[in-house]
Amino acid sequence: MRKAVAAPYLVWMAIFIVVPLGLIVLFAFTDSSGAFTLDNIAQVGQYAGVIWRSILLSAISTVICLVLAYPLAFIISRKQENQQRTFLMLVMLPMWMNFLLRTYAWMTLLEKTGLINRLLGLIGLGPFQMINTQGAVVLGMVYNYIPYMILPLYSVMVKIEPHIIEAAQDLGADNISVLWKVLIPLSKSGIVTGITMVFVPAASTFIISKMLGGGTNLMVGDLIEMQFLGNAYNPNLGSAISLLLMILILICMFVMKSIDTEEEMEGMLL
Amino acid sequence: MKRLGKIYTWLIMGFLYIPIFVLIVYSFNESKSRSVFTGFTFKWYKELFSNRLILSSLGNTLLIALISSVLSTILGTAAAIGIQAMNKKARSVIMNITYLPIIDPEIVTGVSLMLLFVYLRTHLHIPLEMGLITLSLAHITFNVPYVILNVIPKLRQLDQSVYEAALDLGCNPTQAFAKVVIPEIMPGIISGFLMAFTYSLDDFIISYFVSGPTSQTLPVTIYSMTRKKVSPEINALSTIIFIVVLAVLVMINLYDARQTKKKQARISQSF
Repeated sequence: MRKAVAAPYLVWMAIFIVVPLGLIVLFAFTDSSGAFTLDNIAQVGQYAGVIWRSILLSAISTVICLVLAYPLAFIISRKQENQQRTFLMLVMLPMWMNFLLRTYAWMTLLEKTGLINRLLGLIGLGPFQMINTQGAVVLGMVYNYIPYMILPLYSVMVKIEPHIIEAAQDLGADNISVLWKVLIPLSKSGIVTGITMVFVPAASTFIISKMLGGGTNLMVGDLIEMQFLGNAYNPNLGSAISLLLMILILICMFVMKSIDTEEEMEGMLL
Repeated sequence: MKRLGKIYTWLIMGFLYIPIFVLIVYSFNESKSRSVFTGFTFKWYKELFSNRLILSSLGNTLLIALISSVLSTILGTAAAIGIQAMNKKARSVIMNITYLPIIDPEIVTGVSLMLLFVYLRTHLHIPLEMGLITLSLAHITFNVPYVILNVIPKLRQLDQSVYEAALDLGCNPTQAFAKVVIPEIMPGIISGFLMAFTYSLDDFIISYFVSGPTSQTLPVTIYSMTRKKVSPEINALSTIIFIVVLAVLVMINLYDARQTKKKQARISQSF
């Protein structure tokens, strides 16, 4: 009866995974007295602007991450083995520092009297308003999540044999066709994993937007946080927004997975 | 082309590291300014180490990381063994639920656990104040899936006949299990444990929703420090964390490199 050893975990899973998610659904469809209502769901519509901004800013960040990470992952994957190891370590090192510290670093660089404005001032430019803008939020997300794009891309690219690229070139492909017809199809699973690993945390972040976007560039995460721990205390509305966010993310994962059917989240656990 | 690649690599590395180096440089800055360097000092490090709140939250963080990684390793390893023995249908249902804390946005996991703890207190009158216990429960919850996902592949690779051989040679099932199965899946258990430990140390979002005012973890304390705008102790703290992380990563890499060399040496010897 080896199955029985899983019993403690099954109880744990029921109490700490299933019941809490059930509570979110329950709270989303009830009011503060516990009676059934659809008001919370209807109220979410008022925040369509915030939701749209979250999707837009995190989509932009994901695209920037992909464009910046793709060449780098390829370059690293073509290096000698011990060099590959060093560069991977360099990519992973910032990841191991808490993201609050990484975001704080940009806060100090971007502020009005910060280092960047000061340096620009020396050559007679600025000061520019950089912090508390949507650009700053995108920058913060790209900075925080780009390693999650580089690593899965690298892990599929390192398996692409150099002969395949050489063969394509011998057969008359120029660099652009090598990229579109050889590299991208062969690294599709890494692209899909990378997009998911950047987009999901970016779309649900609440700290980066608060620290770099000021109070004016709220995202879905901020909205949820305000309902549970902020002044706007309303766990019912907060649950409704959480439910929506969860559904959006699940749809997104489902779409990504159906694009990439053969691989099962490769590199997810790097 | 090669040159261009090199320049590009270093540009991205600069993007990744310049903000961190700026933090490190200003951790030695005399004044509180974050743009003018007025003189060299260690005073922020001194202040950091006399800051009660930071020290106690560091203690909490280490304690919770240890408790939650040990318990989630035990719970998760047992779960993996049990799940592996189940039929395909039960297995896939359980695994899908197990994946939920990994794929759900962290903020949803955080608020759902917060709702649970509040609900237990208000409706079932279980005296569960937000604090070390709720933090540990939450950390175990998000860590167990990583342990399970690390152990299951090892169980799959396991050769069933080795276990049966142990039985034939006179072990009872428990002995066979302890002497044959556990050592075989040990690498998976260890990597699950390490993953759980580091995730627990680093977690902010989930901890933020289940910590109380008196028992914070280090990331939660860091967050409240960043809200005060100017606190040079954060720079000092970042520097220390950077150096610790760098040291750990370099050690892991040296160890890895040595293992690969040994392996290659063994292969070439056998020819």
